[in-house]
Amino acid sequence: MQSYQFFLYFCKLNIRVFIMESNPKENIIEEVTNKDYEFGFVTDIETDFIPKGLNEDIIRLISKKKEEPDWLLDFRLKAFRHWQTLKMPTWAHLTIPPIDFQDIIYYAAPKQRKAKSLDEVDPELLATFDKLGISLDEQKKLSGVAVDAVMDSTSVKTTFQETLSKHGIIFMSFSEAVKQHPDLVKKYLGKVVPYTDNFFAALNSAVFSDGSFCYVPKGVRCPIELSTYFRINAANTGQFERTLIVADEGAYVSYMEGCTAPQRDENQLHAAIVEIISEKDAEVKYSTVQNWYPGDKDGKGGIYNFVTKRGICRGDNAKISWTQVETGSAITWKYPSCILKGDNTVAEFYSVAVTNNYQQADTGTKMIHIGKNSRSTIISKGISAGHSQNGYRGLVKVVPEATNCRNFSQCDSLLLGDQCGAHTWPYVECGNDSSILEHEATTSKISEDQLFYCNQRGIPTEKAIGLIVNGYAKDVLNKLPMEFAVEAQKLLSITLEGSVG
Amino acid sequence: MLLNIKNLHVSIGGKEILKGFNLGVNEGEIHAIMGPNGTGKSTWAAAVTGREGYEITEGEIWYKGQNIVGMPPEERANLGIFLSFQYPVEIPGVSMQNFMRTAVNAKREYQGLPPMSMIEFTKMMKQKQAMVEITEKLQNRYVNVGFSGGEKKKNEIFQMAMLEPELSILDETDSGLDIDALRIVANGVNQLHNEHNAFVVITHYQRLLDYIVPDFVHVMYDGRIVKSGDKKLALELEEKGYEWVKDLKL
Repeated sequence: MQSYQFFLYFCKLNIRVFIMESNPKENIIEEVTNKDYEFGFVTDIETDFIPKGLNEDIIRLISKKKEEPDWLLDFRLKAFRHWQTLKMPTWAHLTIPPIDFQDIIYYAAPKQRKAKSLDEVDPELLATFDKLGISLDEQKKLSGVAVDAVMDSTSVKTTFQETLSKHGIIFMSFSEAVKQHPDLVKKYLGKVVPYTDNFFAALNSAVFSDGSFCYVPKGVRCPIELSTYFRINAANTGQFERTLIVADEGAYVSYMEGCTAPQRDENQLHAAIVEIISEKDAEVKYSTVQNWYPGDKDGKGGIYNFVTKRGICRGDNAKISWTQVETGSAITWKYPSCILKGDNTVAEFYSVAVTNNYQQADTGTKMIHIGKNSRSTIISKGISAGHSQNGYRGLVKVVPEATNCRNFSQCDSLLLGDQCGAHTWPYVECGNDSSILEHEATTSKISEDQLFYCNQRGIPTEKAIGLIVNGYAKDVLNKLPMEFAVEAQKLLSITLEGSVG
Repeated sequence: MLLNIKNLHVSIGGKEILKGFNLGVNEGEIHAIMGPNGTGKSTWAAAVTGREGYEITEGEIWYKGQNIVGMPPEERANLGIFLSFQYPVEIPGVSMQNFMRTAVNAKREYQGLPPMSMIEFTKMMKQKQAMVEITEKLQNRYVNVGFSGGEKKKNEIFQMAMLEPELSILDETDSGLDIDALRIVANGVNQLHNEHNAFVVITHYQRLLDYIVPDFVHVMYDGRIVKSGDKKLALELEEKGYEWVKDLKL
């Protein structure tokens, strides 16, 4: 039995905290900037963890701890064996220090078993939520947002279960879904992102600990926003969660995800997989505000965020929309993509990626048009400050059979200061001549004129930057669900504070 | 005295533009500064509002009893100095409502007041908008984006009305305005004018001064005021042109 320091963070509580921040105060910027990561208090909770390192025994152990069926263990082992044949990719515009995969703990969990009701949740945990101003209970009552909270490797509690089940919607932790709905999980797991996809996808498939599973049955419009919050807590651990979202024919669901991690001097690995399946006439909206710990001002510490996210519009008229606001992580390697398999399918990718200090981001999307008359939109807004490097990498591919497809891509970069870099690598492959692909790109700086104009109206420079950057990112922020949008706006401003002047 | 500028010398990139500028402005007064291009009128406005890159090498700017040289521009703004820009800047994606609300609340914060409620703010915005005859919905339009030349200038006066400054500097607000817009802008200024605030109107042309009647007219040449007078001086300038000013200097 060992005591571990836990760090809890809910995206939603940002809203409250930031409202407090907006009260009249002197030198608020300095305060916020120096404060680094806002939610740094710790909670002691008993943690169950396994030894460091990665081998077949470890994988068997994880699978056993999770009481998994053989087919899943088999899946893990296959992935692991495949992973061993792979090398870490080096094509991204990133400088990644060597990662010792044997020096990572692949499973750590709060010791208490998953609670059936809130009464059974560890009081320490609940107290922490309360301290943060958001209890799951309160959240459940007030927000109408169903929450699945994943801490380290296990899911702590999913709220709103009853309401959802009334509609036949399944929304629960991945491990629970494996137990309760093995057929569904088996049917869809790894179908969009096979374990052979890439190095980190193989790693995740071998060691994934938990995550969220969501299934919306035929013709059901999910009446509430679903959301998951992920955290890395214990030291030396990696987080490897999987999210699997399935909207069956004619179904609709909006899903949100928030992330964070404690401040630590060493780097921590986060290698997740998100798979989305949108069947005929179905629609999935996926939004994320990613706020992993980005490292300190000198680039020490921070999360390596190497994530594979992909959706498939499998049936005709299916729709998938990705919206991401990326402000955290030391290194981000992430390309939420869509396969537009059905005819008349629609895919959208809206992204704001902010890098400051020594952060690096190589992010973008892939739109693979297979169905006829399929349409995709890419709006990417990169914002670089400090010494950071921010890249957009995208592929739009139209196969010869996919006639009359449309793509519109817009990639804008905004530079703050002259030490940072913005890069764009748009790849286009068009296999027929009835499809129309458009690409627009701009690079701009916040002008002195704009800043002075704001200053002259009494708005201090830091606030002015927040205003201008949010304006710049408006097209994307508008796509976020309301409560996320508010938080994202604040986050953008905070992330860039201290970056100019 | 609201504003008292003493022997102001300002350089940009090492080049001296203002060379001993003196001006005193009392509450309730309207001053006009006229003069040919390149004599330092806009530089003067930038120096008073605290724009970066305008180096004050000598002299003092007294405003409400304190020398504001070195004070950051936002603080000057919050103390009631307003500049109507010659070329208003576009800020894409930032709505006028958000922009003005941020500005109004920044000033209130500076004054130790709580932020204005949304209801109160909306009401105020509507009212001030009417003053400059902006009939269309302004609140959701992005700051100066897609505004016509006349709209931009009206928007400047609208912002002035919202922020209720004590000292307003209008930098060539009349340039590029048709006669209707000019009248609207001037009406706005005249409505705002009272015994507690002052205006300094920078212009090339006498035309604006038919609508905004100044108490004093100053002629600027080569970085300083070379002649001051009343409204008649503006008419004289109009008649004789600026060539005449050059001789004055000598």
